[in-house]
Amino acid sequence: MNYSDSFRDKELVQGLARRIAELTKDLSKPLVFMEVCGTHTMAIYQFGLRSLLPPQVKLISGPGCPVCVTPNSYLDRAIALCRLPDVIITSFGDMLRVPGSSSSLMEERAKGADIRVVYSPLDAVQLAAKNPSKRVVFLGVGFETTAPTIAGSILAAKAQGLTNYFVLASHKTMPQPMAILSADPDLQVDGYICPAHVSAIIGADAYRFLCEEYKVPCVVTGFEPTDVLQGVELLVRQALAGESKVEIQYSRVVRWEGNAKAQAMLADVFTPFDAPWRGIGVLPGSGLRIADKYAEFDAELAIPVQVEELKEHKGCLCGEILKGKVSPFDCPLFGGKCTPESPVGACMVSSEGTCAAAFKYGR
Amino acid sequence: MNNDLILLGHGSGGRLSHQLLEELIIPQLSSVPVAGQNDAALLNIGGVKLAFSTDSYVVDPIFFPGGNIGDLAINGTVNDLAMMGARPLCLSVGFILEEGFSKEELARILASMREAAETAGVAIVTGDTKVVPKGKGDRIFINTSGIGAVEHNLQIDGASAQVGDKIIVNGCIGDHGIAVLSAREGLEIDSGIRTDSAALNGVVASLLPLGSALHVLRDPTRGGVATTLKEIALQSGVTITLDEKSLPINPGVKGVCSILGLDPLYVANEGKLLAIVAPEQAEEALAVMRRHPLGKDAAVIGEVTGTSSGKVQMETLVGGVRGVEMLAGEQLPRIC
Repeated sequence: MNYSDSFRDKELVQGLARRIAELTKDLSKPLVFMEVCGTHTMAIYQFGLRSLLPPQVKLISGPGCPVCVTPNSYLDRAIALCRLPDVIITSFGDMLRVPGSSSSLMEERAKGADIRVVYSPLDAVQLAAKNPSKRVVFLGVGFETTAPTIAGSILAAKAQGLTNYFVLASHKTMPQPMAILSADPDLQVDGYICPAHVSAIIGADAYRFLCEEYKVPCVVTGFEPTDVLQGVELLVRQALAGESKVEIQYSRVVRWEGNAKAQAMLADVFTPFDAPWRGIGVLPGSGLRIADKYAEFDAELAIPVQVEELKEHKGCLCGEILKGKVSPFDCPLFGGKCTPESPVGACMVSSEGTCAAAFKYGR
Repeated sequence: MNNDLILLGHGSGGRLSHQLLEELIIPQLSSVPVAGQNDAALLNIGGVKLAFSTDSYVVDPIFFPGGNIGDLAINGTVNDLAMMGARPLCLSVGFILEEGFSKEELARILASMREAAETAGVAIVTGDTKVVPKGKGDRIFINTSGIGAVEHNLQIDGASAQVGDKIIVNGCIGDHGIAVLSAREGLEIDSGIRTDSAALNGVVASLLPLGSALHVLRDPTRGGVATTLKEIALQSGVTITLDEKSLPINPGVKGVCSILGLDPLYVANEGKLLAIVAPEQAEEALAVMRRHPLGKDAAVIGEVTGTSSGKVQMETLVGGVRGVEMLAGEQLPRIC
């Protein structure tokens, strides 16, 4: 058994599931825990963890997939940019299928736009260096996990003196939407499975205010099956004891204070702003835009473009799904008009989207 | 959204490819024999049973660890014939070359093709070469078609899976897709994984003596093991249950998949076959496969567990159960 296999040990996992069942056996109403990270959503589906938990524990998915929470308006701007003849759009793969108001990057690529999947923003910087007659735009989407590498790409482009590398930034930061959801009277969340990679950057202390102001238990949890179930067990124990505190299950990676170097880089290159979240709306201070001193790298400012009028897709319940109020299976479009190959909403697009996971593994 | 355009995903071998085939291609071409859901068409010409198959190869990059587009183009069509239980006889080869392509690279590709054809025991008997202007192609595309002799009376078919049958794979899954991905510009991961590209007609010949116990043979190429098993489950109208812990997967493949957020069950293979065999003959089939050099890591990975609905499910490593669907579009690396 190697290191990672030990976190997937069947006996350990089933032992944890049995303990959770024993702890919750007398509950008349289920405890509802929300995972706010797409990788957790995938892990829960991929390992079939719901099928191991008792009915007294319900896991719901929140706004933790960066692709899913990216609004149509951002896609529309990216699509407008890709139609410029001297622009190369570079992106992580997930973004290509996301529908904007009337098209997607995948569709634009089929029509001839130069859109390339890269595996790191530094590849996009390299592409800009190799193509001085083109403007290379990287689609900077993601939470605190990916934002530092994109900040790094801007610093690298500056160090190389490149004037043809740009980022269309729409980074989101995590604790704010959790506060909004906690304050929502229509939503019962008895605890958060807090994101692992995001927490490695921002530190577990970032969730303390949720426990204090909203009395909701928080456990920073890893992605392996034993991690997730141990995180659930810690949440169950807090809920049963009437406690609300932050605990770190994922102590092999996450510290209370987070990663100071990455935080400093984010503070240098980005500035917080009131970001629009798909289906949720504008949340004050919940996004990162490029700081004024790096404005020359900001695609939105540096490359003026006519963006089409915003259209929202009728009947799509992504917003309610991202808030954990509705299950993918309750959406009238799920599996019919909305499938991974022809998605109506972003939750069906990303491999980490709630609906994509439910479609692929949950049926 | 505009659904009028051909997207890359239409060539992925997954759900989009199936939709294109079922909604557009087969209805338009229904007056000619089509292979349908099987890897090759079965023809009866003057009392002689033949298998006939064609495939085109557009891989990027054209050279990758353990192989190149040339041996792939030979092995791929040989395997499509072999999956009907046919003995591959001869191939045609069509090249579409882009203006400016290097003769040296073409020579290397041709040498690999000759070697692969010799190993598989097939003759290349006809061919064609076209050159398109610079920018109108991507260096080299190859089409191969093949004819094989069907010398058995077995019903080896995607619709022949029966409840109780065991599902056997001849080795580790996902090697080809990860070898190609690792060599792709911008990624350059040193995963140590080489393509599994190989002609499987020898393995198939060793399985044919199992006779009527051999129900289905299929090579899980694009779309991977998941998509292939879903196709078989739909064709046969059965439920297939996979056992995750028995899936043979190289650690390097696991590692790259984990970094990029890919599922090895959907990653392409070029030297793997799935054999669905009656339970009483399964141990023998496994033993036969393991005696062959291309089957030493063979494993039983699941079984046909029910008669309903074309469902594929997997008992996970940790004892949970989840569904398995066809690949949707391309597998794209995730964002974080």
